[in-house]
Amino acid sequence: MSIITVERKVLEKNDEIARRNRATFSQRHLFVINLVSSPGSGKTSILERTLEYFNKRVKVAVIEGDVQTDFDAQRIARYDAPVVQIVTNGGCHLDAKLVEDALGSLDLTGVKLLIIENVGNLVCPSNYDLGEEMKVVVASTTEGDDKPLKYPGMFQHASVLIINKIDLLPYVNCSMNTLKRNALQINPSLKVFETSCTTKSGIAEWCSWLEQNIHHEDGEGKDIGATRR
Amino acid sequence: MHELSVAQSILDIVHQSVPQDELADVRIVRVKVGTFSGVVADSLDFCFSAISAETPLAKARLEFEHIPFAVECRQCQKTFENDIGFVVCPVCGGVDTAVLSGRELQVTEIELENEKDKIA
Repeated sequence: MSIITVERKVLEKNDEIARRNRATFSQRHLFVINLVSSPGSGKTSILERTLEYFNKRVKVAVIEGDVQTDFDAQRIARYDAPVVQIVTNGGCHLDAKLVEDALGSLDLTGVKLLIIENVGNLVCPSNYDLGEEMKVVVASTTEGDDKPLKYPGMFQHASVLIINKIDLLPYVNCSMNTLKRNALQINPSLKVFETSCTTKSGIAEWCSWLEQNIHHEDGEGKDIGATRR
Repeated sequence: MHELSVAQSILDIVHQSVPQDELADVRIVRVKVGTFSGVVADSLDFCFSAISAETPLAKARLEFEHIPFAVECRQCQKTFENDIGFVVCPVCGGVDTAVLSGRELQVTEIELENEKDKIA
């Protein structure tokens, strides 16, 4: 019997490409977020409200990830933002290679902020680094207040939590305090925003925080206020 | 559920670590799997046997070492484990904590059966 010692991370190939993506982003002074959540929590609506808020004042590009269809890219294209759709054909998450390939078909001239909307899935995307600055997790009130406890991996890896659909709070069985308490038990450093894409409540707070983090000409973010995990 | 692509990555690592003519001698591939690695060991095992069947690695199987989710409190220096992902210290309530383990997904060792084992 003989033993070969290996000690290699199974996802090392993904991590290596993610490092390459991160270097590309940093060279271009691009602030990149990886938007994750379960399907239907409102990631694309938050993106639309974000693009509306910046109204081309800050140039934003978008990478859309979906299992099928380019519906989301069509929604984003209406805002005149550079967008590319990745269709994973059944794949449950985006990986660094898919993002690297997508970057080739995006015109990033003048772009300050790149938002990658991941496949709607609260499990798999948490383990794949895409090279982003931070993961932003969206939890909507209609999903209930126990999501952070049921899917802790995603909340552990995120730097920001957006609680969406707060206009529906009177109609759903979800306590805002419980939701926040649950999330902070999993990750006490989460920065929390409360939004409604229908009433636009909380969108300005989220967007102005985002704007503060965008890298300026000298390549420095103003106030990062969140750590990458 | 992405165990199939994870199994493929493990297979690639074995191919890169073992000389071509010894692949058929591989019996055990040891894998560290953290509580929050995001993969289900049984499912990974199933996927690995599916893709290694009828290849030189057909006799290889995965052996898992489960790594608990462990957190250290920087406030009271206590270490605690749980499988629900809480990072708030259960002793002093501190939130300044560091995750020590539980996110591993790593191939650690490959065990081969040599000619002389077969004779014995």
